[in-house]
Amino acid sequence: MAENSGGVHCVKYGLTTHNIRQLRYFDHRGELVTLGGSGLDTPGYDLMAIMTGSEGMLGVVVEITVNLLPLPESIVLLQVAFPDMEKAGMGVMNIIAAGIIPAGLEMMDDAAIEVVENYVHMDLPLDAAAILLIELDGTQAEVEAQLASVKAVIEEFGAYDLRLAYSEQDRIKLWSGRKAAFPALGQVTTDFYIMDATVPRRHLSYALRRVDELSAQYRLRVANVFHAGDGNLHPLVLYDASQPDQVERTQQLADAILTMCLSLGGTVSGEHGIGAEKLDIACDQFSSVELEQFERLKRVFDPEGLFNPGKAIPTPKRCAELGGLHVHEGRVPFPELERF
Amino acid sequence: MAALPEEDMTPQLLERITEARQTGQRLVICGQQSKHFYAGVARGEPLDIRGHRGVIDYEPGDLVITARSGTPLTELEPILAEQGQCLGFEPPRFTVNGVASGTLGGAVAAGVSGPRRPWAGAARDFVLGVTMVNGRGERLHFGGQLIKNVAGFDVPRLMAGSLGTLGLLLDISIRVVPIRPRELTLSQPLSMEQALAKMTEWQRLPLPISGLVYHQGELSIRLSGTPQGVEAAQRLVGGDERGEATEWWSMLRDQNLPWFQGAEPLWRVSCAAAAKLADSAELKGEWLLDWGGAQRWYRGEAAAAALADYADQIDAQLTCFRGGDRHSPMVLLSPELVGVHRQLKQAFDPDGVFDDQRLQVHCPQAGQGEH
Repeated sequence: MAENSGGVHCVKYGLTTHNIRQLRYFDHRGELVTLGGSGLDTPGYDLMAIMTGSEGMLGVVVEITVNLLPLPESIVLLQVAFPDMEKAGMGVMNIIAAGIIPAGLEMMDDAAIEVVENYVHMDLPLDAAAILLIELDGTQAEVEAQLASVKAVIEEFGAYDLRLAYSEQDRIKLWSGRKAAFPALGQVTTDFYIMDATVPRRHLSYALRRVDELSAQYRLRVANVFHAGDGNLHPLVLYDASQPDQVERTQQLADAILTMCLSLGGTVSGEHGIGAEKLDIACDQFSSVELEQFERLKRVFDPEGLFNPGKAIPTPKRCAELGGLHVHEGRVPFPELERF
Repeated sequence: MAALPEEDMTPQLLERITEARQTGQRLVICGQQSKHFYAGVARGEPLDIRGHRGVIDYEPGDLVITARSGTPLTELEPILAEQGQCLGFEPPRFTVNGVASGTLGGAVAAGVSGPRRPWAGAARDFVLGVTMVNGRGERLHFGGQLIKNVAGFDVPRLMAGSLGTLGLLLDISIRVVPIRPRELTLSQPLSMEQALAKMTEWQRLPLPISGLVYHQGELSIRLSGTPQGVEAAQRLVGGDERGEATEWWSMLRDQNLPWFQGAEPLWRVSCAAAAKLADSAELKGEWLLDWGGAQRWYRGEAAAAALADYADQIDAQLTCFRGGDRHSPMVLLSPELVGVHRQLKQAFDPDGVFDDQRLQVHCPQAGQGEH
């Protein structure tokens, strides 16, 4: 709830914010407040929207009522390989444009495929530029019809090495490559830095090509395992934390990737939040007046700054020091406000 | 009605807001006046957004469209339909002088959703980003064109349903969904009790439902999906195919069915889908159950007290949607939430540039109106 999380299935079923019916939180005076109710909406301002994804900045949430869905009658997982990333990206765009919303749409690039194959030995195609995992669910008739459409779309973009899994056991096996990516990386590097950023789907291929170029520029290997269905990238930077020079280059590379994502109309965090780590880069995403508006909103819920001080929203002062805030003749806007 | 040229009126709108702030005027944001009957009676100088219109960006593969707030829904929807897409929350296009009306900005600001809502999502669920002007005359941009974005507080969704009380929406990025290849409506005559039981049963099954309504003795279910998926669901659900179904759902969505016409107040009960039906003699008849039972409409002159009792019993929210006493506060809240609402208004619009009579909040215990 605090990070408005969304996993593999959020392409079709939405994020946390789409699935909360009611929540209870302790406000800054220690009063228990209830938002939402038994119905699908409540009148007044949508305070649940503001609480969701607020990284614990507005109150202490103690109880959440979520929507449940009937389990789908049928699920199929399709794994395919693509000869180049451009075509893989086009495949993703065209599945969606064809009116199919898969339950999950995940991708691995060549660097990830190689590392994963050496770890799980699934006979993955090592010549592939990308592997796409497409999960479809619904009634049996619905799933079969969608599967036929998806196959038609991806074959147009040169997809090969099609693998299908229906039973739960087979699906788990096919998912295991994607899910083994993190432990597999642990076998080939002492340290890796997991990033989280989102770009509009139309820029997916371009963004991945830029990540490659930046990886070469900063002389650090990057593997990509990500949620292609919603443009949510997770570049994994491989480095050695015992080498101060590499640590520094990793941070520089990460910043360069996030800046590139912002320039494409993306965001510096898709699902894991700003926390403390991304405060600086968040200065690039928001203007000073937007940060001031966030600050006033925060103070509505937490006038004394009790909750998670120093997280999620950079102070305008911090951004000013980084050059990200426009400070006119040394005057910070709204000096009467406390900074958090 | 001839289409006006697409125009970016941001500079003029910003200037008007700044002027209003300096001269202590209060502004009422208006589009096509299609929801003019809804919520509290607004007061102030009109701020007309009809000229601020046009699509800024649309990429069907990204399932998102960005358009200026004054863009009429009746112009936006054909652009989407050409690409096989639509607004998933089916915003109502209430009739003004016999013409289906409403702007994108109005649809988001009112936060009202149509029959597809329980399965597709509400207006607020589709709002991905907004550019807005707050009461200080500052132009702000929040969110973007992405479904996954957790940088900063989710101000775009806060704007949905805020009835223009926090600021002016300049442009909105909204998620769109594919129109499914096949839609089919099946109807069967049932009593209201039987219908509610059936609705509950169907909603527990993984069926491709996109509408579930009980109206005038008939239960209607709309199925949307692939032809094969819909056909399979049809065998399970049963009933007769409803003729001219597209037209019927459209009339329901826009409240154009004869049932909605007339002078009696229209009440809305928002509750759990399976909540029990009203059994008091005063509330017999005149119900329309939408959203699989989660949105219940009542037409008539029944005492507001009887409806309020019923809403209390089933833990529901009661709103007088059309007619009735529009001067009493529409939103009843706990004292803590009344405080949060008042302060949020302050945080976005400290000088009260934007009218807030439309969204008066009130704490029953305190016995006084707050906004």
